[in-house]
Amino acid sequence: MTLSPTDNPSEVVVVADAAAAGVGPGPGEPSRPAGGAVPAGASERARPRARRRAARDDSEDRAALSGADWARPSIRWGMGTTHVLLLGTLVVVGLGPVVLLAKYAVTPTQDILRTPMAVFPHGIAWDNLDRAWNDVQISRYFLNTIWLALGSWLAQIVVAATGGYALSVLRPAYGKAVQALVLSTMFVPAVVLLVPLYLTILDPPLLGRSLVNSFWAVWLPAGASAFNVVLVQRFFDSLPREVFEAARVDGAGPYRLFWSIVLPMSKPILGVVSVFAVIAAWKDFLWPLLVLKDPTIQPLSVRLPSIDASTDLGVFLAALAISTVIPVALFLVFQRLFLQGAGLGGAVKG
Amino acid sequence: MTATTAPPPRPDAAPGARRDAAPGARRRSPATWVRGGGLSNLTFLLPLLVIFGVFSWFPIVRAVVMSFQETNLVTEPTFVGLDNFRQVLADPILWRAVRNTAYFAFLALLFGYPIPLVVAVLMREVRRAKGLYSALAYLPVVVPPVVAVLLWKFFFKGSPTGVFNTILGWADLGPFPWLQDASWAMPSLVLAATWAGAGGTIIIYLAALTSVPPELYDAAEVDGAGLWRKIWHVTLPQLRGVLFITLILQVIGTAQVFLEPYLFTGGGPNNATVTVLLLIYRYAFQNSLGGDYGAATALSLMLAAFLAVFSLVYFRLTRSWSTT
Repeated sequence: MTLSPTDNPSEVVVVADAAAAGVGPGPGEPSRPAGGAVPAGASERARPRARRRAARDDSEDRAALSGADWARPSIRWGMGTTHVLLLGTLVVVGLGPVVLLAKYAVTPTQDILRTPMAVFPHGIAWDNLDRAWNDVQISRYFLNTIWLALGSWLAQIVVAATGGYALSVLRPAYGKAVQALVLSTMFVPAVVLLVPLYLTILDPPLLGRSLVNSFWAVWLPAGASAFNVVLVQRFFDSLPREVFEAARVDGAGPYRLFWSIVLPMSKPILGVVSVFAVIAAWKDFLWPLLVLKDPTIQPLSVRLPSIDASTDLGVFLAALAISTVIPVALFLVFQRLFLQGAGLGGAVKG
Repeated sequence: MTATTAPPPRPDAAPGARRDAAPGARRRSPATWVRGGGLSNLTFLLPLLVIFGVFSWFPIVRAVVMSFQETNLVTEPTFVGLDNFRQVLADPILWRAVRNTAYFAFLALLFGYPIPLVVAVLMREVRRAKGLYSALAYLPVVVPPVVAVLLWKFFFKGSPTGVFNTILGWADLGPFPWLQDASWAMPSLVLAATWAGAGGTIIIYLAALTSVPPELYDAAEVDGAGLWRKIWHVTLPQLRGVLFITLILQVIGTAQVFLEPYLFTGGGPNNATVTVLLLIYRYAFQNSLGGDYGAATALSLMLAAFLAVFSLVYFRLTRSWSTT
């Protein structure tokens, strides 16, 4: 997904695991039972409704504690207290630092330095945000980040959708070999790629000029995500083949089939890939640091550490807060998608 | 390929006629290849083949070749056999970095392995506002890692007016040096990394917990099991597969830790937080005389080989215990 070796490899290996388990039967079967990562996620939507209905007699949705357990006062009080404490801890630990960041973004620097935990002893400094956005030019780096995210998103969608379509629906004779090669890259840790990929960007084949200091240096390698290809391919595998056959009988060629049938049917999986792509691009640090040397085109993640020392603390924390707004907003809007994506590992393995 | 030289298909050739288009022999002409859909197949695979070829397969092969070469960007690379590996293994900082990385991985397991499990098992029992719990637990994962590190760096300020020292000062503790002291630095890094990563693990466990069949709990109750025995004999065995996976993933992830040591301490104080990846970065990109790309790739290949062997042994050992 990204080239940063610090990126969480869990997604990659989890799907490698799923692929190892699921690709075995071979692509010859017309419709594979929904055992893979994506079908499990897709059917998730239908399940809660059935579950809610069943939950009334408390037989379906239960964990270690049964309805009878909950009726016992000792359990009710003990577990209730535990849950209140847990919620309190989650608020302090999970939300606390984020709230503190939001507070510092509008606190005068002197107050941050002297009394970091006091609640606005000398008023609010809205000025911090304005200075961060304009004077420190966070606006520019913000825009750079958005460009990087959009380009990486497009590269990933194009490669995953066309590649997944070719491997899953068209199935050329050499498709299996290509698929094996794509899968094999998931077992190579990102750190191995770091140096040779950098040298490839310095002197890309056929292009004759270095891609350093160009957004392409981030966009194009982002497309080489085996995780995406496998995810999309498995989703395409689960689509009913009868629809494709019907379209072929009606005279649709491979391009028409892709554009008018397969793409409209695969909005859910493209949504998952899109959210992952944007978030990964927003988080990426090491790779943009290496290939974007020119400060005017660097994204927030690269720029923030280098302005740390030279910026007024209040303004700097305001810059940090601004950088956090979009990912957190995306999370709040697409919460279900995020949590489903994060739980893929469990859905696959459990 | 042949696609460019292929003559255009005859307009009157129906798609169904392709089988008898190759007369007799098995030889396939470019025209039959195109009519059989070969061209469109290749068109759809082209983005994948080009992007993976240039930015994934080629660099992986190149990494292996480069580790045996002396590469600078001025002259042609020359083969030097195992010199790069010898040079890296003789570097006294390497063993420091390996020890630090192992220490980081150990602390990360100590902090980051049991806590998400306990939290997830408790959260599974929540009956109201489940979404709120998950959202709060996952929120730190959404904060961009660089922002998280820079924010925590500010929290970790060693003076009595640092954020953590202020909070701990309410309980008459500290002030603690956090990042400035060689023995405090690594645990501080792990603390921040755990904050940033635990949410993801919690959500994975929660997803696995939802798929535990409720009949198992019913059966355990019939057998007279209390809450603890249900958790010990039903919940944890059912989570075994996920627990194994998250453990190995965490080891693979922490073995490649870079962001925290790079941004928090830059490897200091006194090399106490230099990790293997930071060393690779230093070899390749922080040398004023030009990068030592050979040494960097040699070290990254050794790390990858170690992780591969470790994973293989791990899966071999745990295969008999695993559920699937």
